[in-house]
Amino acid sequence: MALKKTVKPLLYHAVVIVLSIIMIYPVLWLVMSSFKPSNTIFITAESLIPSPWVWENYVIGWQGMGGNTFGVFIKNSLVIVVLSTLGAVFSSALIAFGFARLQFFGKTFWFAMMMMLMMLPHDVVLIPQYIMFAKLEWLNSIKPIVVPNYFGVPFFIFLIIQFIRTIPQEMDEAATIDGCGKFRLFFRIILPLVTPALATAAIFSFYWRWEDLLGPVLYLNKPSLYTVSMALKMFLDNETVSNWGAMFAMSAVSLLPVLAVFFAFQKYIVEGISTSGLK
Amino acid sequence: MRTNALKRHLTGYAFIGPFIIGFLVFTAIPIFASLYLSFTNYDLFTTPRWLGLDNYKKMFTADPKYTQSLKVTMLYVFGGVPLRLAFALFVAMLLNTAAKAIGLYRTIYYLPSIIGGSVAVSIMWRNLFGDEGAINSILEILGIGGVRWFAEPLAALWMLIFLSIWQFGSSMLIFLAGLKNIPASLYEAAGVDGANAVHRFFKITLPMLSPIILFNAIMQTIGAFMTFVPAYIISKGEGGPMDGTLLYSLYLFRRAFVYFEMGYASAMAWIMLLIVAFISVLLFASAKYWVHYESKGGN
Repeated sequence: MALKKTVKPLLYHAVVIVLSIIMIYPVLWLVMSSFKPSNTIFITAESLIPSPWVWENYVIGWQGMGGNTFGVFIKNSLVIVVLSTLGAVFSSALIAFGFARLQFFGKTFWFAMMMMLMMLPHDVVLIPQYIMFAKLEWLNSIKPIVVPNYFGVPFFIFLIIQFIRTIPQEMDEAATIDGCGKFRLFFRIILPLVTPALATAAIFSFYWRWEDLLGPVLYLNKPSLYTVSMALKMFLDNETVSNWGAMFAMSAVSLLPVLAVFFAFQKYIVEGISTSGLK
Repeated sequence: MRTNALKRHLTGYAFIGPFIIGFLVFTAIPIFASLYLSFTNYDLFTTPRWLGLDNYKKMFTADPKYTQSLKVTMLYVFGGVPLRLAFALFVAMLLNTAAKAIGLYRTIYYLPSIIGGSVAVSIMWRNLFGDEGAINSILEILGIGGVRWFAEPLAALWMLIFLSIWQFGSSMLIFLAGLKNIPASLYEAAGVDGANAVHRFFKITLPMLSPIILFNAIMQTIGAFMTFVPAYIISKGEGGPMDGTLLYSLYLFRRAFVYFEMGYASAMAWIMLLIVAFISVLLFASAKYWVHYESKGGN
């Protein structure tokens, strides 16, 4: 019995630790390889320790392509991320309030449409959207990627609705009795109370836009407009023995902001995934 | 009183107005446009030419690449999603204890699902599985011998499925939240009745989690059908070897934006929509046989 009591936790921790190593190994391998001399990466693939440690991959990778440094690509990505996220979060909050707190004709219908939109494969609208943006002469601009965010994102709307429902209805009634209109109610009372949900939405919006590849592939075809994802894809397209290291190094750089946000805001991420299945 | 009601409706529409406009412009009109295009030949530069059902006929009778792409996608979806969910459930149960350092393990396990969609991770995966990558090096050290992941179509597809399983973390979190909501009293009662662990799993854990499993299964299946980035990056946009990783979205993308066959690609998109809708309906319909909804009196 005593033996069982010590063996069982040991076995348990052994299993979860081995699994942790398997999970984290690929990322470690990427990061460690980025510090190896480019021509030794695949000769020493089984080793996680670079010998010698070199920085040259980061220097070469940062030079970028087409006369644009990697800094330009990061800036391009950030512009898209910030503009998209602002629009997505604010418009989603506005729409969520309408669905969660107001009674009006046709609400059930539009709510059903919104829920269906969450399940719609976006391939179906991809081609007509591309044609539409081409006719608007929006190709080679960030508009096709940014503008749709200003009309609400179903996942975020859903998330914020769930959150608003936890706020007691009496708050609204008290405010209404005090002569507060719906817009003031939204801006003054509801919006400040739902900031945790807004934060969660903002974090996921950041991830989606930062990692997005299809948008940039379709709409940004000038090196000066490339985002980080697009630049990495170009590294891959020009893959040669000499730039493996640079590609690894810039891949690691592209993960840095994602990891930073992850460790800073874990609580919101867990919350977002658990309550709405966001991913 | 009537103006009051009118004002109430108008206020509602003022709030959800952005959604309605966005829905019409970016979804509703494009969906119908896509349906129309699917019956035409359209290259983006000349006017669409009406073809009737020709695109659809060609897809199923004269385009072996399409059939291959459909086959590969089905394998990817129905191989990957159940494995990923089973694994997520298994790990969630492992972590659903009061043991120390659970928070740290949980973090490590769902980190991959946060970074998984990025180009960097696909590049990483491609190189891990390269002929001289870390996976083959390790397999050789273990004495198993390397696998030529980029030469065998099926091995290449498994490489994509592994990548999807590696990202089980978000489902795990959802399961973990579900497990925490199962009342301990249920297990205690079962313990009194002498039920063993297997019994408890099938009689309590699974039924109590079944609504969450259904939700996960539907969302993950739809997501898996639309998988694009890993196939695109890992096969360098070609879907190779021998179309082994030519996932549906990738083939659609190639038809539309490499060959500019917008009509044909639209027809492909509509078939995808129908397949996804059909599978979702099937899953929902199957719910009454295996999903257990608890009646929370009065809630």
